[in-house]
Amino acid sequence: MNHTDYLSLQGLSKSYGKVTALSDFNLSVAQGEFISLLGPSGCGKTTTLQLLAGFVQPSAGDIFLNGKSITHLPPNERGLGIVFQSYALFPHMTVRENVSFGLEMRNMDPVERIERVNRILAMVQLDAYADRYPRDLSGGQRQRVALARAIVIEPPVLLLDEPLSNLDAKLREAMQFELRRIQRKLGTTTLMVTHDQAEALSISDRVVVMDSGRIQQIDAPHALYESSDSKFVSTFVGKTNFLSATVRARSLQLSTDLHVQTHEPIGHEGSKVTLSIRPEKLKFAQVSDTPKLKVQIKERFFLGNLWLYRVDSELGELEVSCINDGMAPKNESGVEHLTWDDAHFKVMSAPEALK
Amino acid sequence: MISNTRTPYFLSAPALGLFGLMVLFPFLLTFLLSFQRFDHQVGIVPGYTLDVYKHILNDSFYWEVFGRTAWVSLSTTLLCVLIGAPEAYVLSRMRAPWRSFFLVIILSPLLISVVVRAFGWSLVLGPAGLLNSFLQSIGLDRVRILYTPTAVVIALVHVMLPFMVIPVWTSLQKLDPQIENAALSLGASKFQVWWRVVLPQITPGLLSGALIVFALSASAFAIPGLVGGRRVKMVATLIYDEYLHELNWPLGAAIALILLLVNLLVMYVTQKMMEGRYARRMGS
Repeated sequence: MNHTDYLSLQGLSKSYGKVTALSDFNLSVAQGEFISLLGPSGCGKTTTLQLLAGFVQPSAGDIFLNGKSITHLPPNERGLGIVFQSYALFPHMTVRENVSFGLEMRNMDPVERIERVNRILAMVQLDAYADRYPRDLSGGQRQRVALARAIVIEPPVLLLDEPLSNLDAKLREAMQFELRRIQRKLGTTTLMVTHDQAEALSISDRVVVMDSGRIQQIDAPHALYESSDSKFVSTFVGKTNFLSATVRARSLQLSTDLHVQTHEPIGHEGSKVTLSIRPEKLKFAQVSDTPKLKVQIKERFFLGNLWLYRVDSELGELEVSCINDGMAPKNESGVEHLTWDDAHFKVMSAPEALK
Repeated sequence: MISNTRTPYFLSAPALGLFGLMVLFPFLLTFLLSFQRFDHQVGIVPGYTLDVYKHILNDSFYWEVFGRTAWVSLSTTLLCVLIGAPEAYVLSRMRAPWRSFFLVIILSPLLISVVVRAFGWSLVLGPAGLLNSFLQSIGLDRVRILYTPTAVVIALVHVMLPFMVIPVWTSLQKLDPQIENAALSLGASKFQVWWRVVLPQITPGLLSGALIVFALSASAFAIPGLVGGRRVKMVATLIYDEYLHELNWPLGAAIALILLLVNLLVMYVTQKMMEGRYARRMGS
């Protein structure tokens, strides 16, 4: 075991009867890191969190925290802070009592306890609501109580289970930054489960993309977006266009007279590969550009900051997105030319390309 | 055409009529009856007096019967809380097929005639019953339980348990299942989770269950009559005796009204006490 790993999950698996919820999950987390587990529902991300929390026992594998195995410790001896999707606040206790509960369970000296609770409430900007009951609070406030209750015990690891999914879009965005600010300030190692790729990309140090109980890719958000080499990850994180190509001597052939230059050899000449290119990497050719592909615009969608075009070409249907620069958009059913930088094409990994 | 304001009265008229005829009217008659006087030679004497009430208050026999009824009801309520609350909790934690199975078992006393149930307990608790045969077989002395207040309490707990389990179970259903996990993650022991998180949230259910059980036990007639026998006199059996054996209807009516009054008082005081404490907390 590498001792610089603060939290380490090794070969973690969980099956319910014949159903495998999680198989061979390996992850090492550095102290202070913010990790997101991202995936569609049923991908095993929540199971991972429950294994970490100790609510579920793994079928195989180990969890090490600070070099010690916590695999078989009951949840109340792990000391981890958890923010539940439903918040799970104690409805019969005030905000202050909710936050104070974990410290009372630790038999903390009352003077210190009150001081600590007040400090945390101020940090999450709830000091004015300390004596209210959870039912009198808004969704965002309840979310902050849940966060305060989890961090007041100064847990070695903070677990967040879809913490922002019950908030409306505007508040969710605000809370993302708030969450990141508090996490940075306290330096608490954090694992967040989410199905929202924008949330995962915007606040994590690293993102673990999961599907069908397996890790698909672990990477920093930017690297994940730019260099994912699996079909699942490229479609789950952002949008992409898939194109099939034939391997040639020093290029990949998309069509009769359209080639993508490559720097490294890809495979046997004549074999088929799948290429991926993000919609925003495709551009409508200006007068000064060399047009590469003739397309006809089928539909366009206005997203505020972006225009999203769906176009037809000899390579099939493509999605192209352009920044809304304030100018009039391209006409629907108009004929245009696309251009791109060959470096933006990603070759999908071999087993995936066979699909 | 009936105007809008009258429609509600019109629609509720059958129910109101039935209620008036079956509850209010007999209640009023009983109320009036309790202020009359009974003479063994001439029967009910016309005119209204407080004699019957004075008689009850001055005779220690009635105090004893009311006292016995109170502590039998209280013990029944207490036992129902102690058995019913954990039972409801265990029930709410059971998986699908077993849960409905055990729920039916708990409700089963309500499906059996009270007379059958009472005789069943006589068979179990009687001098040659199951309990005593068992005690003898392990070499212990026989115990005399049947026709004692203990037997009444045992049989009442059996009947009243569903009235405790159902309200508690209902309040348990409203609990967020993650709440117990939240308390555990904060370092609470299993007992602390129960004591500090689950129990306060099911207290309203526990209270309404306790009130129902107490009120029903205090006015129970068949169980004290059949399992308690002639010796263990309780208020309801006393009323029956006054009406049907002594034919002293005014005395029976007065005892019935005092029972009703005490019951209402207990409910009111409990409600008031708990309202102040829990209403704000539980948001009711």
